[in-house]
Amino acid sequence: MLSLWLNVLASGILLGLVYGLVALGLTIIFGVMRVVNFAHGEMVVFGVYIGYWTVRLWNVPIIVAAAIAAVVMFAFGYLLEALIVKRFVNRPHHYQFIVFIGLSLLFSGTLLVAFGPDPRPTASQLSFQTVSLGLVTLDLARVQAAATAGLLIALLGAYLKFSPFGRSLRAAADNRLGGLIVGLNIPRIYAVTFGIGAACAGVAGALISPLFDAQPYLAVDFTLLAFVTVIVGGLGSFGGALLGGLVIGVAEAIAALMFTPSMKTALPYALLIIILVFRPRGFFGAKEI
Amino acid sequence: MQKKFDRGVERTRWLAGITVFAVLGLVGLLANPYVISLMTIVLLFTFLGQSWNLMLGIGGQLSIGHALFVGLGAYSVGVLYVRYGISPWVGLLTGMILAGSVGASIAWLSFRFEVRGIYFALLTIAAAEFARIMFSGWEFVGAMQGLFFPAPSGGIEISMLRGDARFYYFVALALAALGIIGTEFISRSYLGYVWRAMRDDESAARALGVRTFQHKILVISLSAAMAAAGGGVLALVQGSIFPDSIMGMGLSVDVLIGPVVGGLGTTFGPLVGSLAAIPLNHLMSALGDSLRIPGLNNITYGVVLISVVWFLPDGIWPAIVRLCKAIQAPPTAWLWHSRKVEE
Repeated sequence: MLSLWLNVLASGILLGLVYGLVALGLTIIFGVMRVVNFAHGEMVVFGVYIGYWTVRLWNVPIIVAAAIAAVVMFAFGYLLEALIVKRFVNRPHHYQFIVFIGLSLLFSGTLLVAFGPDPRPTASQLSFQTVSLGLVTLDLARVQAAATAGLLIALLGAYLKFSPFGRSLRAAADNRLGGLIVGLNIPRIYAVTFGIGAACAGVAGALISPLFDAQPYLAVDFTLLAFVTVIVGGLGSFGGALLGGLVIGVAEAIAALMFTPSMKTALPYALLIIILVFRPRGFFGAKEI
Repeated sequence: MQKKFDRGVERTRWLAGITVFAVLGLVGLLANPYVISLMTIVLLFTFLGQSWNLMLGIGGQLSIGHALFVGLGAYSVGVLYVRYGISPWVGLLTGMILAGSVGASIAWLSFRFEVRGIYFALLTIAAAEFARIMFSGWEFVGAMQGLFFPAPSGGIEISMLRGDARFYYFVALALAALGIIGTEFISRSYLGYVWRAMRDDESAARALGVRTFQHKILVISLSAAMAAAGGGVLALVQGSIFPDSIMGMGLSVDVLIGPVVGGLGTTFGPLVGSLAAIPLNHLMSALGDSLRIPGLNNITYGVVLISVVWFLPDGIWPAIVRLCKAIQAPPTAWLWHSRKVEE
């Protein structure tokens, strides 16, 4: 019994780290640009397809697929911001939301046109391998995904904290006008931020591609999951996204063990409502939105 | 400064409204079954869009989970009618009360700690998704297999709200008219002024003594109750209720497309937007099916939404109004100018 619980807990934490990475992408974009990326789930699914195709065509390890996803999705996010999103950054929230709903419909439609509605089971052999650590037996795919996600979160955190560009990015997040006054290149910072956010989603998608069947309809679930995660953690907070991801991952794993599978998907929302009753801005939410 | 409701504009608006509804009534009498069924959906979404418009366009609160209220209305009608044989009128009323109170509790939960804007919008999605998953797993309301209304007997029964397609067309038309007149009425009343003040600057409205907390709860529960009424009729028209289609994200998006495309906060916007967007969506789905391109209607909707916000941020209807004014303006301006010269 103990080993079962440990297993469930461990796999929840591992998947939670990947959820954390997804939520981090959303929260970085929000924190700097005050924009909620409604098309975040579609970007995760882009990553899943990148993982699926690279592994299928070239049979590369999943880490390489994740690196490819990072580069492709960074470029995608950068261009998307520079071409479309930047025109709406200073508009009222509801206009931004509608633009992003439009983008998400556009992307999911494109995915449907390109790959069709049928799920494609993963080509990776990784999903059948396991590692044993004492009582705990884990999927190798999960361990790799979580390790990569954890490493990336740490690197990104360090980059934002210590590098000159990270400092200017945080300055832009703190006070846009002040940043403009001291001569920060705000348009470039915004484009890079959006690129980083998209890359986080894409990498997370590529990392979980051995665990999920590639399917366009996954996008809505990931968008909502990312929303729940960031609300639990607090929108715009780096640590909040990570904590939210872990909480949701563990809660899902425990719910799947204790209740029916359908409860597994409902539990994050129930958890969200409970948290909102006590801490309406999440664990580390910003004071003013 | 121009007066808000001057008499000429007033008369034009009434004439326009009556003409539009007379034409729509003729459509109901003369059109073929396909047009009738399409227009029924257009009119229902006009009403649903009007409820969403009331909340964002006038009340200033963004909801992306309107499917929750639509679904509650649909299930109230469906469960009471299918399981117990109770008249849909009672179901509609139950649904409106239920959705109104759920809307009020979500609003209370969110606004009591000054959580507004984006958090509130995200909260509405979360609540809608939670309800959808709960209803998908609840055997009593049909779970994933859905809830089916018995096939109509053919005759029109007003007391049970049952009838043929044409009957439902006129029900939808009445609902749309009620929605438009009601919104117009509300937006001219005391509440309308208070809500628009609150939308434009909440702190300023509060400084002037408006109890914004209570008013926000009021506007949200009113909008939710309207959406529930629309959802109840939508369920009767469709003859079946599935949690994924009546409470899913897709429905929430369908509800907001009409007012966004037509013109946020305007009285005729939802009608104009639904008239433009829903037939386009049907056309694109049909085209996508025949060409075997499954995502075509999604791509079209996406492009339409982005380009409307990009090029016509206040929607089609205000653009039409501006165009009419531009056509009318030169002669009147010239007349006024010449008279001035005479003096």
